[in-house]
Amino acid sequence: MSTLPMSTGTKSGTVVRSTVAGLVFFGTAFAVTAHASAEEVIVGLVTKTEVNPFFVKMRQAAEEAAKAKGVKLIARAGKFDGDNEGQVTAIEDLISAGAKGILVTPNNSTGMLGVIKKARDAGVLVIALDTATEPADAVDATFATDNFEAGVEQGAYARKALGDKKPVLAMLDGTPGGTVDTFRHNGYLKGFGLAEGDPAIAGSAITNGAQDKGQVGMENLLSKNGEINAVYTINEPAAAGAYAALKSFGKEADVMLTSIDGGCAGVRDVKAGKIAATVMQFPYKMAAMGVDAVVDYATNGKKPSGFVNTGSFLITDKPVEGIDSKNTEWGLKNCWGD
Amino acid sequence: MNSASALSFGRMSKIAARFVGTPSVGPLLVLLAFGLIFSLTNPRFLATQNLSIILQQTVIIGTLAIGQTLIILTAGIDLAVGAICVLGTILAGKLANSGYDPIAAMGLAVLACSAAGVAAGSLISGLRLPPFIVTLGILGIITAALRLISAGGAFPVTDEFLGWTGNTVRLNGFIVTYGVIIMLLLYGMVWFLLNQTQWGRHVYAVGNNPEAARLVGIPVGRLLLSVYVLAAFIYGIAAWLALGRIPNADPNALQTANLDSITAVVIGGTSLFGGRGGLIGTLIGALIVGVLRNGLTLAGIDPLWQDLVTGILVIVAVALDQLTRGRR
Repeated sequence: MSTLPMSTGTKSGTVVRSTVAGLVFFGTAFAVTAHASAEEVIVGLVTKTEVNPFFVKMRQAAEEAAKAKGVKLIARAGKFDGDNEGQVTAIEDLISAGAKGILVTPNNSTGMLGVIKKARDAGVLVIALDTATEPADAVDATFATDNFEAGVEQGAYARKALGDKKPVLAMLDGTPGGTVDTFRHNGYLKGFGLAEGDPAIAGSAITNGAQDKGQVGMENLLSKNGEINAVYTINEPAAAGAYAALKSFGKEADVMLTSIDGGCAGVRDVKAGKIAATVMQFPYKMAAMGVDAVVDYATNGKKPSGFVNTGSFLITDKPVEGIDSKNTEWGLKNCWGD
Repeated sequence: MNSASALSFGRMSKIAARFVGTPSVGPLLVLLAFGLIFSLTNPRFLATQNLSIILQQTVIIGTLAIGQTLIILTAGIDLAVGAICVLGTILAGKLANSGYDPIAAMGLAVLACSAAGVAAGSLISGLRLPPFIVTLGILGIITAALRLISAGGAFPVTDEFLGWTGNTVRLNGFIVTYGVIIMLLLYGMVWFLLNQTQWGRHVYAVGNNPEAARLVGIPVGRLLLSVYVLAAFIYGIAAWLALGRIPNADPNALQTANLDSITAVVIGGTSLFGGRGGLIGTLIGALIVGVLRNGLTLAGIDPLWQDLVTGILVIVAVALDQLTRGRR
């Protein structure tokens, strides 16, 4: 620190001056922006994080829908998976901003019940996207993939495709305690025909849905049990990590690796034969339907209610008998992300 | 606010000397400037309800930043602040959910947090390990312990006492939560300790120059230990406030609290090199971050700008600290 040039009074004066000038500049810019948007209907969108392509797609779809309907979208997000505080703060700010409706993908199913109630008490329509709250009727409506059903599709396909082999299963979970994680995990086991704790389950690892952690988790599970022949993954990044580990163990051909999500990278991995099958969900549908519902509420006062399944579909190039699926050509046309 | 905005640039640079001499004045001007800007962009910003919300949003980081300030004043740093606080929420939530008396559960949780402070303080004062490394290690240990204790799940908290700090009370027509009041009381008490007691003078002395402090007979080791324990005790109280704000003890929570609290301390004008700064600046620093986030949302601007502006403020604050240090 002693190598820095030493200052004089004038110098810190300059710093103060330029700071103030900067603030004035910001102020003018904000004032102009805000002025243009005085009487619009405001739709709030609060996603789990800014980095996951699923939520990026959701935000883009919401922005497009808002533009088409002539309403203003204000998007916020948590800083990391599990950031309840950030999402609660975002909803509070959106209530203050006068949002007519708020679309939220809760990081934790019970973490934001209080602030959701506050919003609804203030007359704001609240719709959960992608992830349900607990209890589900804490919000006006839920537009989401039936994640349990999606898990069942994945598990049923994996069991059938495995054929006569005695299953040895590894489970690459997402973030423990997350609603979606639990539904997919349990759905997979149901579709696969195993109970929790069955000795056929060789082990599980926490991936947070990230590729690097998926790889480490898979490596550790393979070290623990080399007989693993089926792998459940919470999403496609985790599956990509698992594939890298399987390949380094020379086992990529012997293991039934499946996933859920329908991101374009994941569908390409299915096409390339790295992942046997993935279950696609439709974030743009959730967001577009959500914006439409808020606009409907703003104009007609009509509120949606209950669970609306936005659907899911198994994507594979190796279909098995008795299980509905679409090929990767269809998948690449309907996937999200890049 | 008017007097601040009416100042000419010429007069600004004349009082620059006093401005930098009192570390919390600069942050206060920044806070008022943002307040002015946001109230011009959206009149809803100044609604008492919105101002109350900003205060409530500051409760967790604001309280954690009290402990962080104490530690940074001794030229230390605490990376485990968020993890210790989450340890408190998980223990209180788990114990209360499994039938313990909620007051005893919260008490035990605060004790456990304080114990983490004893561990950190002993390693730093006894073995003279760098605070950065010690608290990084404790962050890892507690994060792993939390996963084991919680078995991955979160604990929804329904108990009246544990959630009490989230209840609201009306003060002169201004609605605040008990959590906000407790935070402000803590600021008052620790401010008193820092500014009106010998212990407080010793904290500054040790931060300025530990060797000189030792030579004049200040028990540096004991003092450092007391600072880390008091800070961790405050993180335990923050755990109670966090349960009031979000009645759900989640092991994944507060992952960025360490950097967020350091940001509040630095923007508030406390020097990362120790010995300079104070609590009032930290409170203002925490409020600046909250005001930015809230104001940008009300103006309909992408809150990613908040991170950008916060980053600029951190650098400006550290630069000012560096410049004024050079003058002495």
